[in-house]
Amino acid sequence: MDLAYMGAAIGAGLGAIGAGIGIGLLAAGALEGISRQPEAVADIRTNMIIAAALIEGVALLAEIICVLVVVTK
Amino acid sequence: MAGEASAADGADNQVDVIGHVLDHDSLEVPFVNAHHIFDGHIDLRGLSEALGLAEPIFGVDMSITRHVVVMWLASGLLVLTMLACFRRPALVPSGLANLLETIVLFLRDEVVLPVMGEGGRAYLPFLLTVFFFILYCNLFGLLPYSATATGNISVTAALALISFAVTQGAGILNNGFFGHWKNLVPSGLPAPLLIILVPIEIIGMLAKPFALCIRLFANMIAGHVAILVFLGMIIMLKSYWVAPASVVLAAALYLLEIFIAFIQAFIFTLLTALFVNMAAHPEH
Repeated sequence: MDLAYMGAAIGAGLGAIGAGIGIGLLAAGALEGISRQPEAVADIRTNMIIAAALIEGVALLAEIICVLVVVTK
Repeated sequence: MAGEASAADGADNQVDVIGHVLDHDSLEVPFVNAHHIFDGHIDLRGLSEALGLAEPIFGVDMSITRHVVVMWLASGLLVLTMLACFRRPALVPSGLANLLETIVLFLRDEVVLPVMGEGGRAYLPFLLTVFFFILYCNLFGLLPYSATATGNISVTAALALISFAVTQGAGILNNGFFGHWKNLVPSGLPAPLLIILVPIEIIGMLAKPFALCIRLFANMIAGHVAILVFLGMIIMLKSYWVAPASVVLAAALYLLEIFIAFIQAFIFTLLTALFVNMAAHPEH
């Protein structure tokens, strides 16, 4: 049972690392794009939010599975 | 804090965080409990029985719960504010109408029309309804004594199913019934490739509403759980000195939650518009 808690906690952390790297790269790319072409800010923002939502969706799926491990252990 | 949940509260200095975000058969209302003024409950089971919904109908539990009531209140408030603001549309809107018109115009001119083109106008009423319903439910969940209806996976699953139905409907309307299914895969592929590609595309088609459902649900749950954990730390650590830090962090998270309420409603609308457009105008 304790191992289940530990596994869930490690899993939650790994999920956060993955999403953090993903969204960090995304924000870096978007900001670079905006600074190069400030007139494209609207297009870049929309596409950035779509990509961020997709990354976040995968990360949240991982976190939900971690919660399920604890709740249904 | 329903009956079952609050029984676990306080025992061994534990806080039943998950119990607070789950659905219950009772409403949390202040001033109805003589012993604890701020911790009263109204049982909803009587209402379910009066409406004949207490027993499962065709195996589906249709009983009235806290989230159902909150959803009614949010929908009612949505209809009321919209009627109050736009029953007699003024050329120059003022007050709340001004705010709502700004949001509607932003969604129309910055989201729906650029993503979907002029054909998006037909889907605008649906997309705006989805946006405002999710927004009102999200914001309603932030009120004291309320609950987040969108933090219930059944609610988000229903919203995602509606979005899925509209997506498929748009594809069939625009490309014909057989044309729509033919558009699942690019035309002109060799037959062996189809064996692999068709299942992948079908999984992809079903994964989109699944992701919409999980995203909204997890975002709303996660924020509320984080706020409750920060406040629960006061009880868990048995110290008053934790309270200032806890309350400041919880207040900061609360402000973040208001932002997330808007962002999640926006993302749900944006992705639905995107999916509908992809189904209606495949790129080949």
